[in-house]
Amino acid sequence: MPDTIDADWTEHLSRIRHDRDQEAFAEVFGHFAPRVKAFLMRSGATEAQAEDCAQDVMATLWNKAHLYDPGRASPATWIFTIARNRRIDTLRKQRRPEPEDLPWGPEAEPDQEDVVALQQDSDRLAAALADLPEKQRQLIERAYFADLTHSEIAAETGLPLGTIKSRIRLALERLRHKMG
Amino acid sequence: METIRHHLPDDLLMGYAAGSLAEAFNVLIATHLSLCDECRARAGSFDAVGGAILDTSPPRAMAPGALQATLARIDEDPEVSRATHQPERDGTLPAPLTSYVGGGLDSVPWRSIGGGVRDALLPTSNEARVRLLRIPAGMAVPDHGHRGMELTLVLQGAFRDETDRFARGDVEVADEELEHTPVAEEGEDCICLAATDAPLRFKGMIPRIAQSFLRI
Ligand SMILES: [Zn+2]
Ligand SMILES: [Zn+2]
Repeated sequence: MPDTIDADWTEHLSRIRHDRDQEAFAEVFGHFAPRVKAFLMRSGATEAQAEDCAQDVMATLWNKAHLYDPGRASPATWIFTIARNRRIDTLRKQRRPEPEDLPWGPEAEPDQEDVVALQQDSDRLAAALADLPEKQRQLIERAYFADLTHSEIAAETGLPLGTIKSRIRLALERLRHKMG
Repeated sequence: METIRHHLPDDLLMGYAAGSLAEAFNVLIATHLSLCDECRARAGSFDAVGGAILDTSPPRAMAPGALQATLARIDEDPEVSRATHQPERDGTLPAPLTSYVGGGLDSVPWRSIGGGVRDALLPTSNEARVRLLRIPAGMAVPDHGHRGMELTLVLQGAFRDETDRFARGDVEVADEELEHTPVAEEGEDCICLAATDAPLRFKGMIPRIAQSFLRI
Protein backbone atom coordinates (compact mmCIF):
# COMPACT_ATOMS: atom_id res chain seq x y z
CA MET A 1 0.00 0.00 0.00
CA PRO A 2 1.49 3.36 -1.00
CA ASP A 3 2.18 5.76 1.84
CA THR A 4 -0.01 8.70 0.90
CA ILE A 5 -1.99 11.01 3.11
CA ASP A 6 -4.99 10.18 0.94
CA ALA A 7 -5.22 6.63 2.28
CA ASP A 8 -8.50 6.01 4.08
CA TRP A 9 -7.19 5.88 7.64
CA THR A 10 -10.70 6.08 9.07
CA GLU A 11 -11.48 2.78 7.41
CA HIS A 12 -8.18 1.34 8.72
CA LEU A 13 -9.06 2.35 12.28
CA SER A 14 -12.48 0.79 11.87
CA ARG A 15 -10.84 -2.51 10.82
CA ILE A 16 -8.58 -2.32 13.87
CA ARG A 17 -11.56 -1.58 16.08
CA HIS A 18 -13.95 -4.21 14.79
CA ASP A 19 -11.70 -6.97 13.42
CA ARG A 20 -8.48 -6.44 15.41
CA ASP A 21 -6.90 -6.42 11.93
CA GLN A 22 -3.09 -6.50 12.28
CA GLU A 23 -2.53 -5.78 8.60
CA ALA A 24 -4.48 -2.53 8.88
CA PHE A 25 -2.49 -1.74 12.01
CA ALA A 26 0.82 -2.32 10.20
CA GLU A 27 -0.20 0.20 7.53
CA VAL A 28 -1.32 2.80 10.06
CA PHE A 29 1.97 2.20 11.88
CA GLY A 30 3.98 2.65 8.68
CA HIS A 31 2.42 6.05 8.08
CA PHE A 32 1.95 7.52 11.54
CA ALA A 33 4.68 6.08 13.79
CA PRO A 34 7.50 7.93 11.94
CA ARG A 35 5.45 11.15 12.09
CA VAL A 36 4.80 10.78 15.80
CA LYS A 37 8.51 10.11 16.31
CA ALA A 38 9.45 13.26 14.36
CA PHE A 39 6.87 15.28 16.34
CA LEU A 40 8.36 14.10 19.64
CA MET A 41 11.93 14.82 18.55
CA ARG A 42 10.99 18.31 17.44
CA SER A 43 9.41 18.72 20.88
CA GLY A 44 12.77 18.08 22.54
CA ALA A 45 12.78 14.29 23.04
CA THR A 46 15.98 12.32 22.36
CA GLU A 47 15.84 9.79 19.55
CA ALA A 48 15.59 6.90 22.04
CA GLN A 49 12.79 8.60 24.02
CA ALA A 50 10.92 9.45 20.83
CA GLU A 51 11.23 5.90 19.49
CA ASP A 52 9.95 4.39 22.73
CA CYS A 53 7.17 6.95 23.07
CA ALA A 54 6.05 6.55 19.44
CA GLN A 55 5.75 2.77 19.93
CA ASP A 56 3.74 3.47 23.03
CA VAL A 57 1.42 5.84 21.17
CA MET A 58 0.80 3.21 18.49
CA ALA A 59 0.12 0.53 21.14
CA THR A 60 -2.37 2.93 22.76
CA LEU A 61 -4.04 3.38 19.37
CA TRP A 62 -4.60 -0.38 19.18
CA ASN A 63 -5.77 -0.69 22.77
CA LYS A 64 -8.13 2.31 22.59
CA ALA A 65 -9.42 1.86 19.04
CA HIS A 66 -12.93 1.34 20.50
CA LEU A 67 -12.83 4.91 21.84
CA TYR A 68 -12.10 6.49 18.47
CA ASP A 69 -15.08 8.43 17.09
CA PRO A 70 -14.61 9.25 13.38
CA GLY A 71 -17.49 11.76 13.59
CA ARG A 72 -15.51 13.93 16.00
CA ALA A 73 -11.86 13.79 14.92
CA SER A 74 -9.85 12.68 11.91
CA PRO A 75 -7.41 9.80 12.49
CA ALA A 76 -4.47 12.24 12.30
CA THR A 77 -6.09 14.50 14.90
CA TRP A 78 -6.86 11.61 17.23
CA ILE A 79 -3.29 10.29 16.95
CA PHE A 80 -1.96 13.81 17.51
CA THR A 81 -3.91 14.07 20.79
CA ILE A 82 -2.58 10.69 21.98
CA ALA A 83 0.99 11.75 21.12
CA ARG A 84 0.58 15.14 22.79
CA ASN A 85 -0.77 13.58 25.97
CA ARG A 86 2.05 11.03 26.01
CA ARG A 87 4.56 13.85 25.62
CA ILE A 88 3.08 15.72 28.59
CA ASP A 89 3.00 12.51 30.61
CA THR A 90 6.48 11.22 29.74
CA LEU A 91 8.60 14.28 29.05
CA ARG A 92 6.99 16.76 31.44
CA LYS A 93 5.85 14.22 34.04
CA GLN A 94 2.50 15.95 34.35
CA ARG A 95 -1.10 14.87 34.20
CA ARG A 96 -3.22 16.02 31.30
CA PRO A 97 -6.66 17.15 32.49
CA GLU A 98 -9.33 16.45 29.86
CA PRO A 99 -12.88 17.87 29.72
CA GLU A 100 -15.79 15.86 31.06
CA ASP A 101 -17.07 13.25 28.59
CA LEU A 102 -20.06 14.39 26.62
CA PRO A 103 -23.25 12.61 27.65
CA TRP A 104 -23.54 10.83 24.29
CA GLY A 105 -20.08 9.23 24.46
CA PRO A 106 -18.33 7.32 21.67
CA GLU A 107 -20.38 4.12 21.76
CA ALA A 108 -22.98 4.78 19.06
CA GLU A 109 -21.92 4.25 15.44
CA PRO A 110 -21.20 7.66 13.89
CA ASP A 111 -23.28 9.10 11.09
CA GLN A 112 -21.53 8.36 7.80
CA GLU A 113 -22.24 11.87 6.50
CA ASP A 114 -20.50 13.40 9.50
CA VAL A 115 -17.48 11.20 8.91
CA VAL A 116 -17.21 12.28 5.28
CA ALA A 117 -17.74 15.97 6.12
CA LEU A 118 -15.07 15.80 8.80
CA GLN A 119 -12.61 14.17 6.42
CA GLN A 120 -13.26 16.90 3.85
CA ASP A 121 -12.72 19.58 6.50
CA SER A 122 -9.46 17.93 7.52
CA ASP A 123 -8.21 17.91 3.93
CA ARG A 124 -9.13 21.57 3.48
CA LEU A 125 -7.40 22.46 6.74
CA ALA A 126 -4.20 20.69 5.68
CA ALA A 127 -4.31 22.50 2.32
CA ALA A 128 -4.99 25.87 4.01
CA LEU A 129 -2.06 25.34 6.39
CA ALA A 130 0.25 24.49 3.50
CA ASP A 131 -0.93 27.69 1.76
CA LEU A 132 -0.07 30.03 4.64
CA PRO A 133 2.77 32.47 4.19
CA GLU A 134 5.99 30.78 5.35
CA LYS A 135 6.50 32.94 8.46
CA GLN A 136 2.99 32.39 9.74
CA ARG A 137 3.08 28.65 9.14
CA GLN A 138 6.42 28.30 10.90
CA LEU A 139 5.12 30.10 13.99
CA ILE A 140 2.10 27.83 14.20
CA GLU A 141 4.29 24.75 13.79
CA ARG A 142 6.62 25.98 16.51
CA ALA A 143 3.72 26.47 18.86
CA TYR A 144 2.68 22.84 18.35
CA PHE A 145 5.97 21.04 17.90
CA ALA A 146 8.41 22.84 20.09
CA ASP A 147 6.23 22.84 23.18
CA LEU A 148 6.60 26.61 23.50
CA THR A 149 4.17 29.20 24.74
CA HIS A 150 3.85 32.38 22.71
CA SER A 151 6.09 34.25 25.17
CA GLU A 152 8.73 31.52 24.90
CA ILE A 153 8.61 31.73 21.11
CA ALA A 154 9.10 35.49 21.47
CA ALA A 155 12.13 34.98 23.72
CA GLU A 156 13.61 32.40 21.37
CA THR A 157 13.11 34.23 18.10
CA GLY A 158 13.83 37.70 19.47
CA LEU A 159 10.56 38.92 17.94
CA PRO A 160 8.33 41.02 20.20
CA LEU A 161 5.44 39.10 21.81
CA GLY A 162 2.96 41.44 20.09
CA THR A 163 4.39 40.46 16.68
CA ILE A 164 4.16 36.75 17.48
CA LYS A 165 0.59 37.10 18.67
CA SER A 166 -0.52 39.17 15.69
CA ARG A 167 1.15 36.83 13.18
CA ILE A 168 -0.54 33.83 14.78
CA ARG A 169 -3.83 35.73 14.82
CA LEU A 170 -3.46 36.52 11.12
CA ALA A 171 -2.67 32.89 10.36
CA LEU A 172 -5.77 31.75 12.24
CA GLU A 173 -7.91 34.31 10.42
CA ARG A 174 -6.65 32.98 7.08
CA LEU A 175 -7.35 29.40 8.13
CA ARG A 176 -10.86 30.32 9.26
CA HIS A 177 -11.50 32.24 6.08
CA LYS A 178 -10.49 29.24 3.96
CA MET A 179 -12.59 26.89 6.06
CA GLY A 180 -15.65 29.16 6.11
CA MET B 1 -26.63 24.83 30.25
CA GLU B 2 -25.87 28.38 31.41
CA THR B 3 -25.41 31.26 29.01
CA ILE B 4 -21.71 31.90 29.10
CA ARG B 5 -20.63 35.39 28.07
CA HIS B 6 -16.90 35.33 28.78
CA HIS B 7 -14.91 32.67 26.90
CA LEU B 8 -11.32 31.50 26.54
CA PRO B 9 -9.15 33.45 24.06
CA ASP B 10 -7.56 31.71 21.06
CA ASP B 11 -4.00 31.78 22.38
CA LEU B 12 -5.02 29.78 25.46
CA LEU B 13 -7.10 27.27 23.49
CA MET B 14 -4.22 26.84 21.07
CA GLY B 15 -1.74 26.38 23.93
CA TYR B 16 -4.07 23.78 25.48
CA ALA B 17 -4.25 21.89 22.18
CA ALA B 18 -0.51 22.17 21.60
CA GLY B 19 0.19 21.00 25.16
CA SER B 20 2.46 23.95 25.96
CA LEU B 21 0.64 25.38 28.97
CA ALA B 22 1.32 24.74 32.64
CA GLU B 23 -0.79 22.01 34.23
CA ALA B 24 -2.60 24.57 36.40
CA PHE B 25 -3.94 26.39 33.32
CA ASN B 26 -4.85 23.09 31.67
CA VAL B 27 -7.02 22.25 34.69
CA LEU B 28 -8.90 25.52 34.37
CA ILE B 29 -9.30 25.20 30.60
CA ALA B 30 -10.51 21.57 30.81
CA THR B 31 -13.05 22.74 33.41
CA HIS B 32 -14.35 25.55 31.20
CA LEU B 33 -14.58 23.15 28.23
CA SER B 34 -16.67 20.83 30.39
CA LEU B 35 -19.21 23.68 30.75
CA CYS B 36 -18.94 25.35 27.34
CA ASP B 37 -19.79 23.67 24.03
CA GLU B 38 -18.63 26.71 22.06
CA CYS B 39 -15.05 26.61 23.39
CA ARG B 40 -15.05 22.81 23.22
CA ALA B 41 -15.71 23.06 19.48
CA ARG B 42 -12.97 25.70 19.07
CA ALA B 43 -10.56 23.53 21.07
CA GLY B 44 -11.43 20.66 18.70
CA SER B 45 -10.42 22.79 15.73
CA PHE B 46 -7.07 23.55 17.39
CA ASP B 47 -6.57 19.80 17.87
CA ALA B 48 -7.28 19.45 14.16
CA VAL B 49 -4.52 21.96 13.38
CA GLY B 50 -2.18 19.72 15.40
CA GLY B 51 -3.40 16.69 13.43
CA ALA B 52 -2.79 18.44 10.11
CA ILE B 53 0.72 19.49 11.17
CA LEU B 54 1.52 15.97 12.35
CA ASP B 55 0.24 14.44 9.13
CA THR B 56 2.04 16.76 6.72
CA SER B 57 5.44 16.98 8.44
CA PRO B 58 8.55 15.10 7.33
CA PRO B 59 8.65 11.68 9.07
CA ARG B 60 11.57 10.23 11.03
CA ALA B 61 12.33 6.55 10.35
CA MET B 62 11.48 4.15 13.15
CA ALA B 63 14.11 1.69 14.41
CA PRO B 64 14.34 -1.69 12.63
CA GLY B 65 11.86 -4.10 14.19
CA ALA B 66 9.75 -1.28 15.71
CA LEU B 67 6.47 -2.72 14.44
CA GLN B 68 7.25 -6.16 15.96
CA ALA B 69 8.28 -4.51 19.23
CA THR B 70 5.00 -2.56 19.29
CA LEU B 71 2.94 -5.67 18.53
CA ALA B 72 4.69 -7.35 21.45
CA ARG B 73 3.63 -4.47 23.74
CA ILE B 74 0.06 -4.93 22.60
CA ASP B 75 0.11 -8.65 23.32
CA GLU B 76 1.28 -7.94 26.85
CA ASP B 77 -2.03 -6.49 28.03
CA PRO B 78 -4.89 -6.88 25.58
CA GLU B 79 -7.93 -5.90 27.66
CA VAL B 80 -6.49 -3.23 29.96
CA SER B 81 -8.11 -0.34 28.16
CA ARG B 82 -11.67 -1.59 28.68
CA ALA B 83 -11.51 -0.78 32.36
CA THR B 84 -12.57 2.86 32.19
CA HIS B 85 -13.20 4.42 35.54
CA GLN B 86 -16.02 6.88 35.97
CA PRO B 87 -15.13 10.07 37.85
CA GLU B 88 -17.43 11.18 40.64
CA ARG B 89 -20.40 13.34 39.58
CA ASP B 90 -20.84 16.68 41.31
CA GLY B 91 -23.35 19.45 40.52
CA THR B 92 -20.79 22.22 41.06
CA LEU B 93 -17.43 20.71 40.14
CA PRO B 94 -17.04 19.29 36.59
CA ALA B 95 -15.08 16.04 36.16
CA PRO B 96 -11.58 17.55 35.78
CA LEU B 97 -12.03 19.12 39.22
CA THR B 98 -13.51 16.10 41.03
CA SER B 99 -10.49 14.26 39.70
CA TYR B 100 -8.01 16.79 41.15
CA VAL B 101 -9.96 17.26 44.41
CA GLY B 102 -10.49 13.51 44.79
CA GLY B 103 -14.25 13.97 45.24
CA GLY B 104 -17.08 16.48 45.05
CA LEU B 105 -17.53 19.89 46.67
CA ASP B 106 -17.89 18.23 50.10
CA SER B 107 -14.35 16.85 49.81
CA VAL B 108 -12.60 20.20 49.19
CA PRO B 109 -10.00 20.80 51.93
CA TRP B 110 -10.85 24.49 52.48
CA ARG B 111 -8.59 26.67 54.59
CA SER B 112 -9.38 30.17 55.75
CA ILE B 113 -7.32 33.00 54.22
CA GLY B 114 -9.01 35.85 56.09
CA GLY B 115 -12.08 38.03 55.57
CA GLY B 116 -14.29 34.94 55.41
CA VAL B 117 -12.59 33.92 52.15
CA ARG B 118 -11.45 30.30 51.90
CA ASP B 119 -9.25 28.57 49.36
CA ALA B 120 -7.88 25.17 48.42
CA LEU B 121 -4.77 24.72 46.29
CA LEU B 122 -5.02 21.84 43.81
CA PRO B 123 -2.03 19.51 43.34
CA THR B 124 -0.35 20.43 40.04
CA SER B 125 3.20 21.00 38.79
CA ASN B 126 4.52 24.20 40.31
CA GLU B 127 5.29 26.53 37.37
CA ALA B 128 1.75 27.86 37.91
CA ARG B 129 -0.92 27.40 40.57
CA VAL B 130 -4.62 26.69 40.49
CA ARG B 131 -6.93 26.99 43.48
CA LEU B 132 -10.57 26.92 44.39
CA LEU B 133 -11.76 30.13 46.06
CA ARG B 134 -14.90 30.51 48.12
CA ILE B 135 -15.97 34.11 48.67
CA PRO B 136 -18.94 34.76 50.99
CA ALA B 137 -21.92 36.45 49.30
CA GLY B 138 -21.42 40.23 49.24
CA MET B 139 -17.73 40.04 50.18
CA ALA B 140 -14.77 41.50 48.24
CA VAL B 141 -11.41 39.93 47.43
CA PRO B 142 -8.74 42.52 48.38
CA ASP B 143 -7.82 45.03 45.69
CA HIS B 144 -4.92 43.61 43.68
CA GLY B 145 -2.88 43.71 40.47
CA HIS B 146 -1.16 40.85 38.66
CA ARG B 147 2.46 40.11 37.86
CA GLY B 148 1.57 37.48 35.27
CA MET B 149 -1.65 36.01 33.98
CA GLU B 150 -4.64 35.23 36.17
CA LEU B 151 -7.61 33.22 34.88
CA THR B 152 -10.74 33.08 37.02
CA LEU B 153 -13.58 30.70 36.21
CA VAL B 154 -16.85 30.97 38.14
CA LEU B 155 -18.40 27.68 39.32
CA GLN B 156 -21.15 28.95 41.63
CA GLY B 157 -22.74 32.34 42.29
CA ALA B 158 -21.30 35.38 40.53
CA PHE B 159 -18.86 38.23 41.04
CA ARG B 160 -18.47 41.71 39.65
CA ASP B 161 -15.39 43.82 39.22
CA GLU B 162 -14.42 47.05 37.44
CA THR B 163 -14.81 45.32 34.06
CA ASP B 164 -18.03 43.27 34.14
CA ARG B 165 -20.17 40.60 35.81
CA PHE B 166 -19.04 36.96 35.81
CA ALA B 167 -21.36 33.99 36.52
CA ARG B 168 -21.08 30.18 36.28
CA GLY B 169 -18.94 29.19 33.31
CA ASP B 170 -17.56 32.69 32.68
CA VAL B 171 -13.78 33.17 32.55
CA GLU B 172 -12.02 36.43 33.38
CA VAL B 173 -8.55 36.82 31.88
CA ALA B 174 -6.45 39.32 33.86
CA ASP B 175 -2.89 40.44 33.16
CA GLU B 176 -0.42 43.09 34.34
CA GLU B 177 -2.66 45.86 33.11
CA LEU B 178 -5.71 44.97 35.20
CA GLU B 179 -6.04 46.11 38.77
CA HIS B 180 -9.34 44.98 40.25
CA THR B 181 -11.49 44.25 43.28
CA PRO B 182 -13.82 41.33 42.58
CA VAL B 183 -16.96 41.41 44.75
CA ALA B 184 -19.17 38.34 45.22
CA GLU B 185 -22.85 39.01 44.50
CA GLU B 186 -25.45 38.82 47.23
CA GLY B 187 -27.44 35.59 47.38
CA GLU B 188 -24.97 32.73 47.56
CA ASP B 189 -21.26 32.23 48.12
CA CYS B 190 -19.19 32.64 44.99
CA ILE B 191 -17.00 29.64 44.20
CA CYS B 192 -14.30 30.21 41.59
CA LEU B 193 -11.34 28.42 40.14
CA ALA B 194 -8.32 30.71 39.78
CA ALA B 195 -5.08 29.94 37.95
CA THR B 196 -2.03 32.20 38.19
CA ASP B 197 1.50 31.96 36.80
CA ALA B 198 2.91 34.61 39.15
CA PRO B 199 1.96 35.82 42.62
CA LEU B 200 -0.74 38.49 42.85
CA ARG B 201 0.22 42.02 43.88
CA PHE B 202 -1.93 43.21 46.78
CA LYS B 203 -2.13 46.90 47.61
CA GLY B 204 -2.60 46.81 51.39
CA MET B 205 0.15 45.74 53.81
CA ILE B 206 -1.85 43.05 55.62
CA PRO B 207 -2.69 40.93 52.57
CA ARG B 208 0.95 41.16 51.52
CA ILE B 209 2.13 39.48 54.73
CA ALA B 210 -0.61 36.90 54.39
CA GLN B 211 0.55 36.32 50.85
CA SER B 212 4.03 35.20 51.83
CA PHE B 213 2.56 32.76 54.35
CA LEU B 214 -0.19 31.47 52.18
CA ARG B 215 1.61 31.39 48.82
CA ILE B 216 -1.17 33.10 46.89
ZN1 LIG C 1 -16.35 29.15 26.32
ZN1 LIG D 1 -7.25 39.20 40.04
